[in-house]
Amino acid sequence: MDFSNFLILRDELSLVFLILCLLMFDLFASASGRRLFQPVACVLLLLQILFTAFFSGDSAEAFGGMYTTSPLATMVKIFMSIGTLLVFLFSKTWIENDHEIAKGEYYYLTLSTLLGMYFMISSGHFLLFFIGIELAAIPLACLVAFDKHKPASAEAGAKFILNAAFASGISLFGISLLYGGCGTLYFTDMAAVLNPANLLQTAGMIFFATGLFFKMSLVPYHSWTADVYQGAPANVGAYLSVVSKMAAAVSLFLIFVKVFGAMAQNWKPIFYALIVLSITIANLFAIKQKDIKRFLAYSSISQAGYVVLGVITATAQGLTGLIYYLFVYMLANLAAFGIAAIVERQSGDARISGYNGLYKTNPKLSVLMMFALFSLAGIPPFAGFFSKFFIFAAAIQEGWYILVLIALLNTVISLYYYLLIVRAMFITPNDNPLPAFKSDTASRIAMTVCFIGIVLAGLASCIYNRIGMISDSSFNAPVAAIHVEEIQVNTALPADTVSDAFSGASQLHEVQN
Amino acid sequence: MEYSILILILPLLGFLTLGLAGTRLKGKTAGYVGTALLALAALTAYCTAAQYFNLPRIDGIRPSLRPFNWEWMRFTEHLHIDLGILLDPISVMMLVVITTVSLMVHIYSLGYMEGERGFQRYYAFLGLFTFSMSGLVVATNIFQMYIFWELVGVSSYLLIGFYYTKPEAVAASKKAFIVTRFADLFFLIGILLVSYFTRTFDFGLLCSGDSALFASAMGKTFMGAAVLSWATALIFIGAAGKSAMFPLHIWLPDAMEGPTPVSALIHAATMVVAGVFLVARLFPVYYFFTPEVLHGIAYIAAFTALYAAIVACVQTDIKRVLAFSTISQIGFMLVALGVSGMNGHEGTGYMAAMFHLFTHAMFKALLFLGAGAIIHTVHSNEMSRMGGLRKAMPLTHITFLAACLALAGIPPFSGFFSKDEILSAVFAFSPWMGAGMTFIAALTAFYMFRLYYNIFWGKPAEHEHPLHEAPASMTSPLLFLALISLVAGFLPFGKFVSSNGLEYIIHLDVRIAVGSVVIAIAAIFAARSLYRNGTSAVPDKMAGFFGVFHKAAKNRFYIDEIYQFITHKIIFRCISRPLAWFDRHIIDGFLNGLACITGKGSLAFRWMQTGNLQSYALLMIGGCLLLLFWVLFL
Repeated sequence: MDFSNFLILRDELSLVFLILCLLMFDLFASASGRRLFQPVACVLLLLQILFTAFFSGDSAEAFGGMYTTSPLATMVKIFMSIGTLLVFLFSKTWIENDHEIAKGEYYYLTLSTLLGMYFMISSGHFLLFFIGIELAAIPLACLVAFDKHKPASAEAGAKFILNAAFASGISLFGISLLYGGCGTLYFTDMAAVLNPANLLQTAGMIFFATGLFFKMSLVPYHSWTADVYQGAPANVGAYLSVVSKMAAAVSLFLIFVKVFGAMAQNWKPIFYALIVLSITIANLFAIKQKDIKRFLAYSSISQAGYVVLGVITATAQGLTGLIYYLFVYMLANLAAFGIAAIVERQSGDARISGYNGLYKTNPKLSVLMMFALFSLAGIPPFAGFFSKFFIFAAAIQEGWYILVLIALLNTVISLYYYLLIVRAMFITPNDNPLPAFKSDTASRIAMTVCFIGIVLAGLASCIYNRIGMISDSSFNAPVAAIHVEEIQVNTALPADTVSDAFSGASQLHEVQN
Repeated sequence: MEYSILILILPLLGFLTLGLAGTRLKGKTAGYVGTALLALAALTAYCTAAQYFNLPRIDGIRPSLRPFNWEWMRFTEHLHIDLGILLDPISVMMLVVITTVSLMVHIYSLGYMEGERGFQRYYAFLGLFTFSMSGLVVATNIFQMYIFWELVGVSSYLLIGFYYTKPEAVAASKKAFIVTRFADLFFLIGILLVSYFTRTFDFGLLCSGDSALFASAMGKTFMGAAVLSWATALIFIGAAGKSAMFPLHIWLPDAMEGPTPVSALIHAATMVVAGVFLVARLFPVYYFFTPEVLHGIAYIAAFTALYAAIVACVQTDIKRVLAFSTISQIGFMLVALGVSGMNGHEGTGYMAAMFHLFTHAMFKALLFLGAGAIIHTVHSNEMSRMGGLRKAMPLTHITFLAACLALAGIPPFSGFFSKDEILSAVFAFSPWMGAGMTFIAALTAFYMFRLYYNIFWGKPAEHEHPLHEAPASMTSPLLFLALISLVAGFLPFGKFVSSNGLEYIIHLDVRIAVGSVVIAIAAIFAARSLYRNGTSAVPDKMAGFFGVFHKAAKNRFYIDEIYQFITHKIIFRCISRPLAWFDRHIIDGFLNGLACITGKGSLAFRWMQTGNLQSYALLMIGGCLLLLFWVLFL
């Protein structure tokens, strides 16, 4: 048997190896050794990132097209790992003080979900994709409920798992319709047989998308977000809002542009509606929030709307803009969530009013928070301005003028609510603000990384250019259907029958009209 | 020559360290750090210059090097903004000027600014300015130049307003910033116009003289003038703002509110000649494609030179005299550029402008630093508070005299050589203009020696403190600059810098040289007889004779008042007020309405968020079905 195929999966294999190492460490390390769990996990993850970065290869596929990899996929995986690493760095105090016994679980549960996201990015088949999305969801529910002694966390866990299961159910139903309509679940093959006029395929596509929309928490699939982010530990919320969204957004682009490309006329209006709804409604909700985590939840819903702008363009420039946007968003949002977590630990209170006068006592923290919020709002010269600029530019190139105008108007509204926090920190007087404190070294490293990223990721154009180069080459890579002959013979009959049934119905509909 | 990047990095490093370290540095440490870094930068600049001017010529032309070029932002295939270093004769020459004068100012300020509040802030800003100015001259493309152009403006603003507790200084810094920024707006429009037609920002392409590049702009007109002429004229407005050309000169005299060494560095030697540098940089564009704009520049500059020289004759604040003198001398440089041709003898003007820029930077910096030493001792800017200082301040006196002679154009001081080249270029262009410029040169000699005799001769004023010579840290830069002013004229400047890059041999035109020297000496003697004793009644009689004219000149021909009238009475009243009303009622009203709707809207959607799991599932499936229905049936 030829094992060289497995080497194509080196990104995933290295991650699996890392998870196993941590499991073993958790099992066999002495009590004093376990105290070093956080540094060990971080260093191993860093090594995994370096390994992935230095041993990245060309595009390849394994297992008859089930699994595909490309420089683009590797790049996104590296970004997700970096995000996870930052989350780990922020988690030190929380996990060590509150979860002395269970701290190992936190790391390998998180990494398991990361593995699921790796598979989402690299899948070439709907079933593998589904497995990836489930692997990314189920351990996350455990993580959301990690503070199980807190009712809010337990409730959030239950809400998350039930909603996720519901979304997966709809998604799986969509996949079955797609199979019925196309006779294949391979991405490349399906792209060859899709027909925008086929109602069965269209219905399958829309139901399937539920899973991704749920993960990205686009309106109206968003309602779980605020409750879950509020109840979940802040670090898990950060992971959910950044890494998980990144995986979903990139898969959304890859699947809808590469697989459902032929159906663009069907899904573009849907995306249009989702973008407008997500950005606007999330903004409206964000204004009224009193709790910082709920606030960040709505902010992340609205940010997801901007991300979808990159998908709707369906161009290489849009892909570049999308990945760059996610990268910049990751840095800023992790900083914001990280600070929210730190402040919540210190004050035991997650209300925005707790930030009043923070600048007087903790100037550095407040300045970083301000930079992060400015970046999220898109104020130059922070990275967020450039990411918004590039994604808007990509959309303008494709002629989405009204959509970009709506998005622009919404950035004004978002600026208002981001500034509310800045005002609380810098202007609102407070007689007894949170006293000055010093956070742990790991968090400070993470905050420094975020700070540098927020300030420089926009000005250092090499980052955008590099992403652009990789996504251009990946976007323009030829796609060949490999299994077409067999499926046409195999499943032509049921597909036709079902779609006839559907088209019959629609004919009836037309007659009635 | 990759190391030339150090010329930019070292001052920037100084700015960052001093800026971040802040008040933690005690005593003069900040000054020593800044000076040491700048000394290194100057050394690097000298190495660069030595190596560059020793490079072999290619076809007799000095090569234009790009040791460093980084593509910063790529918008489209043609349109990208680069950051890089362009080394060619004028940029290398400018680097030498900037770092030399800046180093002298750094050393000088160790004495001058000692004990001032914000000492380290001062040195941090000097670092920022030196960095920005060097970045401006080595820019590889017009957009990079624009970025550094604005940075220079900001540093100038910060330094003019250095004494921020003094209302005049704050007002002056704002005025300088607003006036130059106003001019920069036109500069930006010009840049965009040029790049729109040529599809490039790059100086190398723009200055190649390739008419294919401008083909798309040919034949297009706007309000009766060619679009390209509009573009280059707009760019010149930016240059005129920075270089204080009439009528955008109003900020420069006020900018004297800043510390005197800053005036020497920024408002005499470097930043104010940025406009001259810009025109020189784009000279091929002006010369080949819009010669009429180039001639227009010459006339504006000549008028400015005359205007400023007249005003300088009647000012009593020594720094203002020097400021108007600077305006007038920049006028000389731009006149020379405006009348210049491209090849051979016709290119004298270009070479002369650059030569004068070089020599003027040195002796004008010397004049300002000398004035600083005097002000440091006398604690006043007014000439009436001075007089008879030559005994108390011998070194300052000698060096100041050397600079006055250089500015008056007396051989063998450097100013004579460069001014003579300018005059011969102008005479070749138009004898009438040449005669006019010679007259202005005579005025120059007159007002400089009026200043000189009033300060160092005449009867001494009463002083509370005993007068003393400045400390060594201040006099050594004076001596060094005086030495340069004495010998710089003998540089074979045409071998280094010329319009087309070919070697150019300077030869004095004897008639013009003798004529201008004789007139200058006559002017000096006139000044001597009027002001030497400080008792002559003739100046007052002359003031009476000129009457209204004298009063107008003293008030700078009321240009500031005209500006006040236009801005306050016309713009504020007729444009700003309606706009303010529109802003307050229509725009704010719209936004308030938006905010109101947003606030209401955020209540309207509350039903979505019940906290109830079943309703979330219902929303999800309902939304999904709605989307399906929409796509399938609508």
